Amino acid sequence: MDRKILSVQSVKYKYAGSGWKLDSTSFSVAKGEIVGIIGPNGSGKSTLLKIASGVITPDSGNVFLKEKDISKIKRREIARILGYFPQNTSGHFDYSVQEVVVMGRFPHLSGAGFLSPHDINVVEQCLIRAEVIQYRGRYLSHLSGGERQRVLLASVLAQEPKVLLLDEPTSALDMQHQVKFFTLLSELVEEGMGVGIVTHDLNLASFYSHRVLLLKDGKIIEKGSPKEILSEGILKDAYGDGVAVIPHPTTGIPIVLPSTGLGARKVKES
Amino acid sequence: MTSMLTRKRFLLLLAGYGLLSVVILAGAPFFGSESLGITNITNSIFFHIPHVDTEIFFYQRIPRVLLAFLVGGSLALAGSSLQVVLRNPLAEPFVLGISGAGAVGAVIIISVPGLSIYFGPFSSVQLFSLLGCILCVGAIYWFARSPLGVSMTTILLAGVTINILCGAVIMLVRYIVSPQLLVAMDRWMMGGLDVVGYRELSALLPLLLPGILLLFLQGHSLNQLAFSEEMAMGHGVNVGSVQKQVFLGTGLTTAAAVSLAGPIGFVGLIIPHAVRRLSGVDHRVVLPASFCLGGAFLTLCDLFARTVVAPTEMPVGIITAIIGGPVFFRILLKRSRNM
Repeated sequence: MDRKILSVQSVKYKYAGSGWKLDSTSFSVAKGEIVGIIGPNGSGKSTLLKIASGVITPDSGNVFLKEKDISKIKRREIARILGYFPQNTSGHFDYSVQEVVVMGRFPHLSGAGFLSPHDINVVEQCLIRAEVIQYRGRYLSHLSGGERQRVLLASVLAQEPKVLLLDEPTSALDMQHQVKFFTLLSELVEEGMGVGIVTHDLNLASFYSHRVLLLKDGKIIEKGSPKEILSEGILKDAYGDGVAVIPHPTTGIPIVLPSTGLGARKVKES
Repeated sequence: MTSMLTRKRFLLLLAGYGLLSVVILAGAPFFGSESLGITNITNSIFFHIPHVDTEIFFYQRIPRVLLAFLVGGSLALAGSSLQVVLRNPLAEPFVLGISGAGAVGAVIIISVPGLSIYFGPFSSVQLFSLLGCILCVGAIYWFARSPLGVSMTTILLAGVTINILCGAVIMLVRYIVSPQLLVAMDRWMMGGLDVVGYRELSALLPLLLPGILLLFLQGHSLNQLAFSEEMAMGHGVNVGSVQKQVFLGTGLTTAAAVSLAGPIGFVGLIIPHAVRRLSGVDHRVVLPASFCLGGAFLTLCDLFARTVVAPTEMPVGIITAIIGGPVFFRILLKRSRNM
């Protein structure tokens, strides 16, 4: 059986206003893997993720979710399979943590949308897994950026999706919670989920991804294992000079460091 | 208010707002420039003793109170859903220029007395204000649906511009027409609820009822939109379809309300905010509660309008504007401080 849950096939997209475009791009996410999507600012990572989750429709090409064309599936049905964690969420009305996580049950509810005991149980589990249960009664506006990102994760998990697409979900998290976040993703993946994650943190991508896509100027320029992609030669192509790659002292996994900066200058001078 | 909305809580809240509406609806017809004797009315009902109080009660007061309630409820309901879809707490039919556009339609017809004709229960004045409102809602929708999203500030500014334009058109018409028509125009412009019997009231229902129902059904989805549109899509809400239904629903309800009662401002602004303060931001409650509270509020304003300067009466639009203006400022100031 094909393990692919999500398959994006030669999609193209052009923004009407700016003229920026995503060139023909393909990738897939299978059960049990984390696909890291990296690349410099404006390389098309978020656009690709929006297309993959059906939030925007590509000008050409197709997205298949469990082998069905996503443009032919109802949004509710998509949401029962695919969880999308957007980069920008700014509500005008203030909801409590619990209310936001309950919103994730939307695709499973009908009518006025009151929760069954099963729904309440799922919400409870998600609050616990994302470690936000202690804030359940607080308003989202009273939380820090990092806490809010964990609440959004809980909300997306409440959909009980088979595949998760996350757009910079850890940008506001501290080191400890970044590691916890990715550990949680690893656990979910072991349970059979597929994850596609856009991140600027190359080291986390290196540590936790099974495969990495590197985007630049609206094109995937490289794809492969973290060891293949996170090399100085390839990263310099995308990010320019200023990156150095060394192996992690204990695991040997590539880690990325800045190669210039005040410290480097001092070393050179001395 | 952070507790989750359960079915029990939902029903309790609705029962509360419903009860308030019923009390006000039942009480309001007894007050007015003529004080009515309750015994006269009960005697007429139970012992068939005719009395002028009964006539006033059944043929003037009740239709008027019902109209005030329906108009206030519709405007508040439209305001509460527009505020979510346009992502702006200041959105409401009056501010967005919908009422203004309706007024232009009405004023143009009033200026040509030959055109004042009736189509069934509808007067041509109503039909043209209806047309004005629908054109305006269509224009706002056309602006708002642009895929990359015109900023909602732009839409609000467009509303302000539409209001100014409509004001100019109205002044132009006033400048041209013969002076004796000005009184009729002014009366209409100030908003009033004194025009009705059951005939006009029932003529509104084919527009109002589907509009109200359509909006009520969006409550659950509107919560998601109120939180975040992208997140809403991710959660499985068909955002485009919800937006369309909200615009259709608000178009129908406000057009119906404005066509009969004239431009009544700020009900659609104050009430939804009051409701959210009172019983939280879950729109499954906000929408029906706005309808109840909006209806009750306008009924009370109208009661005030027809008693405070008795035996004459004041246009109700003046009262809602006097209360609503300062509230609008308050929200505006609070918002600019937050930004």
